[in-house]
Amino acid sequence: MSPVIDVRSLSKSFGPVRALDGLDLVVEPGEVHGFLGPNGAGKSTTIRVILGLLKADAGSVTLLGADPWADAVALHRRLAYVPGEVNLWPKLTGGEAIDFIASLRGGVDPALKAELLDRFDLDPTKKARSYSKGNRQKVALVAAMASDVELLILDEPTSGLDPLMELVFQDYITRAKAMGRTVLLSSHILAEVEKLCDRITIIREGRAVQTGTLSELRHLTRTAVEVITAGDATAVATVSGVHDVTREGDRVRFSADDDALSPAVALLAAQGITSLVSTPPTLEELFMHHYGTETVTAGSEA
Amino acid sequence: MSAATVITDGREHLTGTRRITRFTLRQDRVRIPIWAVSIAGLIGYFSAALPIAYPDQESLQGRAAIMMEPSGALLAGPGYGLDDYTFGAMLTNEILGWLAIASALMSIFLVVRHTRTEEETGRAELIRAGVVGRHAHLTASILNVIATNAVVTLLLFLAVASGDFAVPDALAFALGVGLVGLVFGAVAAVTAQVTEHSRTAVGMAGAVLGLVYVLRGIGDAQERGGTWLSWLSPIGWAQQTRAFTDLRWWPLLLNLALASVLVVVAYLLSGRRDLGAGLVAARGGRADAAPGLLSSFGLNLRLERGSLIGWSVGLFFTGILTGAMGEGIVESFRDQPQLAQVFGVEDMDAFATGEVLRLSMSRMLVFFAMAVGVYAVIAVNRQHREESEGRTGTVLGSAISRYRWFGEALLVTAISSTILLLLSGLSFGLGIAGSTGETSVVWDFTLAVLVYLPVVLGFAGLAAVAYGLARGGVWWVWTLLVGSIILGMYGPLFNLPDAVAENLPFELVPALPGAAFDTLPVVAVSVVALGLLAGGTALFRRRDLEA
Repeated sequence: MSPVIDVRSLSKSFGPVRALDGLDLVVEPGEVHGFLGPNGAGKSTTIRVILGLLKADAGSVTLLGADPWADAVALHRRLAYVPGEVNLWPKLTGGEAIDFIASLRGGVDPALKAELLDRFDLDPTKKARSYSKGNRQKVALVAAMASDVELLILDEPTSGLDPLMELVFQDYITRAKAMGRTVLLSSHILAEVEKLCDRITIIREGRAVQTGTLSELRHLTRTAVEVITAGDATAVATVSGVHDVTREGDRVRFSADDDALSPAVALLAAQGITSLVSTPPTLEELFMHHYGTETVTAGSEA
Repeated sequence: MSAATVITDGREHLTGTRRITRFTLRQDRVRIPIWAVSIAGLIGYFSAALPIAYPDQESLQGRAAIMMEPSGALLAGPGYGLDDYTFGAMLTNEILGWLAIASALMSIFLVVRHTRTEEETGRAELIRAGVVGRHAHLTASILNVIATNAVVTLLLFLAVASGDFAVPDALAFALGVGLVGLVFGAVAAVTAQVTEHSRTAVGMAGAVLGLVYVLRGIGDAQERGGTWLSWLSPIGWAQQTRAFTDLRWWPLLLNLALASVLVVVAYLLSGRRDLGAGLVAARGGRADAAPGLLSSFGLNLRLERGSLIGWSVGLFFTGILTGAMGEGIVESFRDQPQLAQVFGVEDMDAFATGEVLRLSMSRMLVFFAMAVGVYAVIAVNRQHREESEGRTGTVLGSAISRYRWFGEALLVTAISSTILLLLSGLSFGLGIAGSTGETSVVWDFTLAVLVYLPVVLGFAGLAAVAYGLARGGVWWVWTLLVGSIILGMYGPLFNLPDAVAENLPFELVPALPGAAFDTLPVVAVSVVALGLLAGGTALFRRRDLEA
């Protein structure tokens, strides 16, 4: 089957600013594809080109087998889009906005809408001007999830949601995947992408730097551990799957693949653990470790 | 708890006032001079225009005769000095009220912008979280509105006093305008406490302004010099100084007293509520959309609804009131045949009253068309905000073409403009019929005004092209529209060459019902308008969507 989204060598400039610089992105049917990068890396610009809201300067963009700039309307009937910054019509209530947005792509399933409103704990009778960022995002999410479409394009959809609502969101993404829908999920939160996505594309400065399945990118998901033990904790380096062991006074830091965690902790436990802190890798660390520090500075400034 | 204790016990409530005042003044450093110069500049214009419009005492008395009619008094003022009408008396009687409305609107916008809008957008939260007292914003915006009205008063005083007018009266005149501004700044300070939304706060204060203008209008219409109803109105108080006729200062104290009381009320209310909350909770709305909303046409109609209703009410009342002056105008023609000739009425006795009205009042219809032109450009320009605030992206990210989205928005503008034109013609005709008993004109004026629809749509088309080219580049459309309105209204005073005067946009079509209908120009302008509308839509399809 041909890819749902097929972007090759895409470039887009805004005046002197080169937002996208030869970007490649391939999303296969039925997968949940994570689109990961720091703020300003070009995620939203890419999505807007894929939707035909912006015209590509160079490169090819194929969406559901057609050109999104030429066939935007027919293609949009088959997808739902949640923008990163949701703004609504201040005079309309949340419920009206949901119905309107969904109606533009063929209407909403009322039962599903009611269920989603309940799960997301959203009052649809309030005027949109009184909604918080999170509630505006819920409106766009409900409108998208309640639509019968093949493809969901979500641009940092959880940036305004609290952890409970993030769980509801993840539940519905899982359901969408079970129904055979394709999802493009842009995010700057690695943990979220890790939880939901089959494949991931990482971009920085308008270019894809890495793409692959989760297991292919397994090395990116090592857990960082900081430990103080009675004995010499650097012995943990002998465990296979443990990397980057460093010592700083009593403190020993290392990173471990998921499979290596159990043997590593067992070895440390035998020495007597005084303190142990483990953190999942953040995007910043990932960029620092894999693409050099200058990348992070450039990415966060952009 | 008295107001004094709120203010003195809580000096810490005012912490940061100086900084915020400086900040608000800085934000308004362009806006304040523009308002002040515009308001004072009107006087400069009138000083130049009045001697041309009224070259001798006879023509001034002709004007006074119209102002003695109840319909004249309703629109203008209590009518002091009408027996020996002078330009000064005319300023106080006819101009002061409008300038007062301008300064009142200015003050309402300023105060709401710096109080409720700041809270609604959340900016106040950011600032209030710093070392800033709870009354700092309100105090800063009141200081701001005092400063602004002081500038308006000063410039206005200088503009009037530099003319051939008595200096003390000029000061009373300028103070009247500034103090009405201050009263409505204080009204807005109160309404900004009452409601959660800035638009509602502006609307409530605007309604109060409309009410006090109508109150003094009714009072002044009942009796020359006004009745007790006139004395219920801050605008009435400013007019009751009788500046340039028989000056008295004390009515201005009423303005000062009312402004002070309202400011105290605003502080009391402000002290009783939470940041961001109103005293009146916002109502809930529908949980589901009505079927009519579910199309881009329906949505645009809904978004335009409030504005359309506001414009309809405004134009309807303006039409009735302007039309009601018809009798006065026809009367003045009987007294001054030479004035009648200017309007193309050669021999009064040769025409029936209806005919005289049709000929003389036709020229007035174009002013309504100009107002609807402004409406149409505003309506098209709404798309800029829709786009910059990201809503257009949400819509176009779904299965709707850009042609359809923008095209249906333009269709809504066209329909609304047609409705507004028809309402203007109808209300104007009704006003004329009401004052003269000549009912045959109602239908004529209602239909005649439609001749301007192509011109209005032409300006909507220009705005559409501007939007299709790029977001934000609309200044040239406004320049063209405002330029053709000013030249069209005041062209005769400027002695424009005929080649220019006859080709101004609003002069391109025949001035029905007085003039004969001419198909060619109407069709030509229609074709240009449709071309511009289509061109704007096509251009919008070809460009990147911003934001």
